[in-house]
Amino acid sequence: MEEKQVLVRIEDLCKYFRLSSKEELKAVDHVSFDIFRNETVGIVGESGCGKTTLGRTVLGLYPATSGRVLFDGMDVHSAGKREMREFKKRAQIMLQDPYASLNPRMTVRDIIAEGLETRGNFSKAEKDERVCELLSLVGLRPEYRSRYPHEFSGGQRQRIGIARTLAVEPEFIVCDEPISALDVSIQAQIVNLFGELKEKLGLTYLFIAHDLSMVRHISDRVGVMYLGMMAEMADSRELYENPRHPYTKALLSAIPSTDPDQPMSGRRIRMEGEVGSPVNPPAGCRFASRCPWATDRCRKEMPLLRQVAPGHFCACHLEERQGT
Amino acid sequence: MNEQKTNFDTETSRDDSDVILDVRNLDVYLNTYSGRIHAVRDVSFTLKKGETLVVVGESGCGKSMTARAIMQLLPEKISEVGERSQILFNGTDILKMPEKKKETELRGKYISMIFQDPTTFLNPTMTVGEQIAESLLLHSKMKKKEAMEQALSLLKMVKITNPEKRIRQYPHELSGGMRQRVMIAMALACEPKILIADEPTTALDVTTQADIMELIRELQEKMGTSVILVTHDLGIAAEVGDRIQVMYAGEIIETGTKSEIFKKAVHPYTWALMKSVPSAQSQTEEKLYSLKGTPPDLIAPPKACAFAPRCEYCMGICRRLHPVMAAESESHSAGCWLMHPDAPKPEQLGKGGTI
Repeated sequence: MEEKQVLVRIEDLCKYFRLSSKEELKAVDHVSFDIFRNETVGIVGESGCGKTTLGRTVLGLYPATSGRVLFDGMDVHSAGKREMREFKKRAQIMLQDPYASLNPRMTVRDIIAEGLETRGNFSKAEKDERVCELLSLVGLRPEYRSRYPHEFSGGQRQRIGIARTLAVEPEFIVCDEPISALDVSIQAQIVNLFGELKEKLGLTYLFIAHDLSMVRHISDRVGVMYLGMMAEMADSRELYENPRHPYTKALLSAIPSTDPDQPMSGRRIRMEGEVGSPVNPPAGCRFASRCPWATDRCRKEMPLLRQVAPGHFCACHLEERQGT
Repeated sequence: MNEQKTNFDTETSRDDSDVILDVRNLDVYLNTYSGRIHAVRDVSFTLKKGETLVVVGESGCGKSMTARAIMQLLPEKISEVGERSQILFNGTDILKMPEKKKETELRGKYISMIFQDPTTFLNPTMTVGEQIAESLLLHSKMKKKEAMEQALSLLKMVKITNPEKRIRQYPHELSGGMRQRVMIAMALACEPKILIADEPTTALDVTTQADIMELIRELQEKMGTSVILVTHDLGIAAEVGDRIQVMYAGEIIETGTKSEIFKKAVHPYTWALMKSVPSAQSQTEEKLYSLKGTPPDLIAPPKACAFAPRCEYCMGICRRLHPVMAAESESHSAGCWLMHPDAPKPEQLGKGGTI
């Protein structure tokens, strides 16, 4: 097997938002993991679990409270201006809403060409040629380049967004719910496009989504977040077939099944209470208040993410007890 | 060849007394700046007492417009319902009711609706309790105090934690799942006969979604309400539906019981829909099946089969004539030329194969 090369290393990353002198929202709390080159890491979790904040902090769009993000060895959060400019060419973000992320007053050509400008000086003809190339790469007709975003459907707009992102020729793309706003058949088209581009251009993705089935399909590895902490992380197949963390189990059991003979109701694991608040969270495991197996230790001491099987990491005291 | 569409489903069950809603030949037109859109095209179906009918389809297929037509909540001024259309609720044509009567006797009392986005539905300037009580005050002769008591018991029924506190709170103080519960409480305040749920869980997390679907099912069993659930999520359709109706380009293209649709679907569009969603329960192939192209423009809807340009099994006739709705079984019918006895088998047409 060829050696896997780490592209992004996230070390003990924390991002807290201070709400007032007494209140602090711990959106991302001591998260560490690696993203290998040409790999897709999926991040799932309920809304408010910090997955979007994680993506943004990894890209340096939010300053980190503590911890480091190393991109190809460079610390994103202490990089100088020049390094940062270089980093922004190599790492890009894709957003959820194809309706809000394209400037309605620019033509598709201008939208995509804007990204090209970071890559040096092109003549008008060169730019036009490159825009055409990019449009056909994402499966749109180059003739469309003088149209405006409102003339396209949601799926097409998302393709324009992808073309714009690719214009910068990034190596690493954070995809923040890029398909949530699309119809199922269009989702399939876009997901396939992501897969193709990954092969063709050797891209690396951090794929944030709440659609668990789609994440399983697209990701090599999947991380599950709960209220700012990384609860579990493993190869996607391992995680879905052999979940260890009680939260992962509950989350997976709530996915509606498309097989009418195996309804979810029979296997659903219910969680107690409502999702807690990330504002001034209690010490100990974030999930303890809803976990059916929580003990005193869980309420007092925060479990660490530890390896429970090769490549399978889980942050749960229960695992530790069973493991040793 | 008969070009007229016949719907066996309604034909057979028209006289049944357990039919609570009978939609016949529903046409909805929307007059927009870009033209007259034929959003719902000759849709006929029935809803029985106590059953859950799921309508699936992609955006723009007319599923929400059908739901809104039943509720008589189509966008004012720009919408038009076809002349021959009938929506019979317990035998009375809703479309012929005077507006005043719809307000006091139909909406909220017999037919209620819940929407995808509770944030825009709820009034931000009223407390949760006042909003629930409002509908009770309109439809029954309750006093304000009684209505508030009733509102409290409704909040308990939809299992909101700490209802005594919530009843005095404003919508922005609640989470998405709780707001959805409030909306359900409002919809069920007058114990309606029909509950129409338009993508009720699309904006919610899977866990909350599962809770809300469970709640709807429980309340339905308790009150015997019939439910029309509009969704694009096949998983939800498989979980809660008794019968499933697939819509495409403003038409019903296949209808049947849950197992008929999931196990024995006959329409290529239904196959495509099912193949394009990955399963969380099993590892899928490298590539997802994806339909080429986009649905047709309903400003000038195609005369022949609307799905033909995207269909892998398209034959000559599909581009010339509109398919007839034909029955596979008593409860299962679809509109596709492949079902014609003389048509080749899908396997013979090569590509893809069935699911």
